[in-house]
Amino acid sequence: MTDTLQTPPAAPAFTPKKRVRFDSPEAVALVRKRYGVERRFKAYGIAAVAFAAIFIVILVSDILIKAYPAFTEHRLNVPLTVSAERVAAGGKTDRETLMQGDWAAVAREGVSQYFPEVTARSQRNKLYNELISIGGADDLRTKVVADPSLIGKPMTAPILLSDDADLYFKGHMTAKSERAARAALTVSDTKGDVTVTAGAGEFAEELRIIRSNLSNDAQKAQREVTRLTTALGPLTGDKRAALQEQINRQTATAADLDQRAKAQGGSAIIDAKVSSILIKVNGGIVRLTEVGNDSAKGTVLTPLKAAGAATSSRIMTLMSPEDSRKLSDQQIAWLEKLQDEKVVSRHFNSRFLFSGDSREAELAGILGGLVGSALTMLVTLGLCLPIGVGAAIYLEEFAPKNRITDLIEVNINNLAAVPSIVFGLLGLAIFLNTFGLPRSSPLVGGLVLALLVLPTIIISARAALRAVPPSIREAALGIGASHQQAVFQHVLPLAMPGILTGTIIGMAHALGETAPLLMIGMIAFILEVPQAISQSATVLPVQIFLWSDLPELAFQAKTAAAIVVLLIFLFVMNGAAIMLRKRFERRW
Amino acid sequence: MNTVQEQAAAAMSAAAPAAEAAPAAAVTARNVNVYYGDKHAIKNLSVDIPERAVTAFIGPSGCGKSTFLRCINRMNDTIPICRVTGDIKLQGEDIYNPKLDVVQLRARVGMVFQKPNPFPKSIFDNVAYGPRIHGLTSSKEELTALVESSLRKASLWEEVKDRLTDSGTGLSGGQQQRLCIARAIAVSPDIILMDEPCSALDPIATARIEELIDELRQNFTIVIVTHSMQQAARVSQKTAFFHLGNLVEEGPTKTIFTAPTDKRTQDYITGRFG
Repeated sequence: MTDTLQTPPAAPAFTPKKRVRFDSPEAVALVRKRYGVERRFKAYGIAAVAFAAIFIVILVSDILIKAYPAFTEHRLNVPLTVSAERVAAGGKTDRETLMQGDWAAVAREGVSQYFPEVTARSQRNKLYNELISIGGADDLRTKVVADPSLIGKPMTAPILLSDDADLYFKGHMTAKSERAARAALTVSDTKGDVTVTAGAGEFAEELRIIRSNLSNDAQKAQREVTRLTTALGPLTGDKRAALQEQINRQTATAADLDQRAKAQGGSAIIDAKVSSILIKVNGGIVRLTEVGNDSAKGTVLTPLKAAGAATSSRIMTLMSPEDSRKLSDQQIAWLEKLQDEKVVSRHFNSRFLFSGDSREAELAGILGGLVGSALTMLVTLGLCLPIGVGAAIYLEEFAPKNRITDLIEVNINNLAAVPSIVFGLLGLAIFLNTFGLPRSSPLVGGLVLALLVLPTIIISARAALRAVPPSIREAALGIGASHQQAVFQHVLPLAMPGILTGTIIGMAHALGETAPLLMIGMIAFILEVPQAISQSATVLPVQIFLWSDLPELAFQAKTAAAIVVLLIFLFVMNGAAIMLRKRFERRW
Repeated sequence: MNTVQEQAAAAMSAAAPAAEAAPAAAVTARNVNVYYGDKHAIKNLSVDIPERAVTAFIGPSGCGKSTFLRCINRMNDTIPICRVTGDIKLQGEDIYNPKLDVVQLRARVGMVFQKPNPFPKSIFDNVAYGPRIHGLTSSKEELTALVESSLRKASLWEEVKDRLTDSGTGLSGGQQQRLCIARAIAVSPDIILMDEPCSALDPIATARIEELIDELRQNFTIVIVTHSMQQAARVSQKTAFFHLGNLVEEGPTKTIFTAPTDKRTQDYITGRFG
């Protein structure tokens, strides 16, 4: 070694030929170009954010609008007296006896006071079974069970309407328009088939609607004919003959409808394929079967108080044809009558939030799914937070860095990318078939979701531990803390916010997960709200999936409402985690 | 003579009357070699660190002074690829003896780092942490008294006595570094290692720390790594000059700064390189 220190050789001097000048055209152009790029980038960013924001607004408002009807319900408030012989067998008023009383009969009696004329079995079925909910008297029963002294006393009883009746009042069954008759109507009788005579041109508007209905249907039939004719081409033999016959029938229908639509003056027949017209007159309701400009024929649906001239009548047009809706004109007439009697009222549907699932849309609630989700999430969190954080601490702080730990790390990363249904299969094979844990239970659901979430939590916890400045670790070690003390007393608290962020992401992922839960039987239809993690349960996303599949119109709103509940659950869960994170967050 | 040497000599005569008689050695290192993987970071180094005095390690960046400092409390153990051979004795005990617990060693050899690194906890808890984990106090009163005396020794007490529950990270840089010193002396170590303790501080805070080091010298053996020749001259009694992993020259600070025997030392302290 030399005894003098060598200085490194100086770099050869290089002077660039061009220098920046404020006013040279190239420099100005360059500056302008740079600003242009920056502005364009900002514009792209704003556009992307706006695009995302618009979609979120559309999505959320669409869900909220669709969900709104599910949060209200229509009920009847009927004056009635609960008779002891119906509900209190042998005069006993204990809970057990009252629960087994014939409450449906009580509800029927309450409603029947408005419809003394309905006696035929099929009519009674349409009225009491299709318009009144199966659990129509549940609220009344609860009230009386709580206070048996109500038996025998006159009271106003709440009676729940069926989902179809409820939808009719919410306006989802059919579009309808209602107007007052311009002049007095004269009705020939109080029941049976009647003739309605009105002022000149009273029914012109209705006649036009019916004819436009007919003309639309004729066009539809004509299009069908065209479609079938093109399909005719390659066919031969019997098939061709059958199709030809179908075409002939359609052609005849189209011609018939067209003729009815084009008929000038005179009148039009109203059948179940065109809009219905109901007339509220003299306290009763008449359905028109044939309508002309100033007179009509009809059938009485609910009896009139008197025949003859009526001054204030209302003409109601139900746009959907009777054939294409679930409630008949007769049923709608009954509902209209109940509404005119002012016994129908709209309430907040607390049943939706506080009861379990049901086959009846008006009785179905979300609580089962909500509690199932909460229990499942508790199991998941209880398992994957300690295990995940423990694994992360070991791998990051204690494990030797060698090929085995490298392999483990790679596999953890791979696990995070495994399709979730695979975890469901694993749960089915191991937790259900090998260990025999209870099927459909939040316990197994939680175990499966914990497997799903573990890689996410381990990866994020490791990243959070790595992000703690080494100076803190050194400070602790330098003062004589053991490795374990340094990690648990100093590094872990500082990594906690990051770990919680990863946990939020993982749990949110788990909350919305459906596929693996289907594999372990959480798709079952479960009436009861689960009380423990070993009982059968379903979870919110599976409940949404189940409801979205049901044909009843009312379940569409329930589905949207369940999505709202799921989103709120998610916000509450994330909010709690963010609050926790804020508590842990410290400056260093 | 050039200006740096003049300054150094002036600083020394003003602030640090050198301990002429060679005191007992707190740490003796013999034939120490340190390897980071294949890199030979310290080459066959032997040095004595005198008791109750300030020893300064100087030298250009990457010369191995911090590495050697971290050997004395075995902080290098935390680096998996680091390998240390040779003999380092702390008051006659081999610190690389496998039977010796590294946690106990670090309680006896405190360390202050380049960047102030108080725990994100209260000022009190920062100082109390060491005594707590080592079980040095038996009651809350004792602990409180120990915290107070440590903060007093670090001349921080007057500034923080009314806000002991505030976070240690809320203090100014110089205060944070004095808090770290208080934290280190709370466990009554034999030696305090300081790895460029003033490099992140302004001149006023630096002056206070230097004053403090001078006071602490009465009770502790101090080893300080510094890039500032003036600082080494001002605070230390003994200086060791490192270059490329070698200990080039060691001796009383006065000698090193006024009459270095090695050409490299002379070049370095006169600012010709580094």
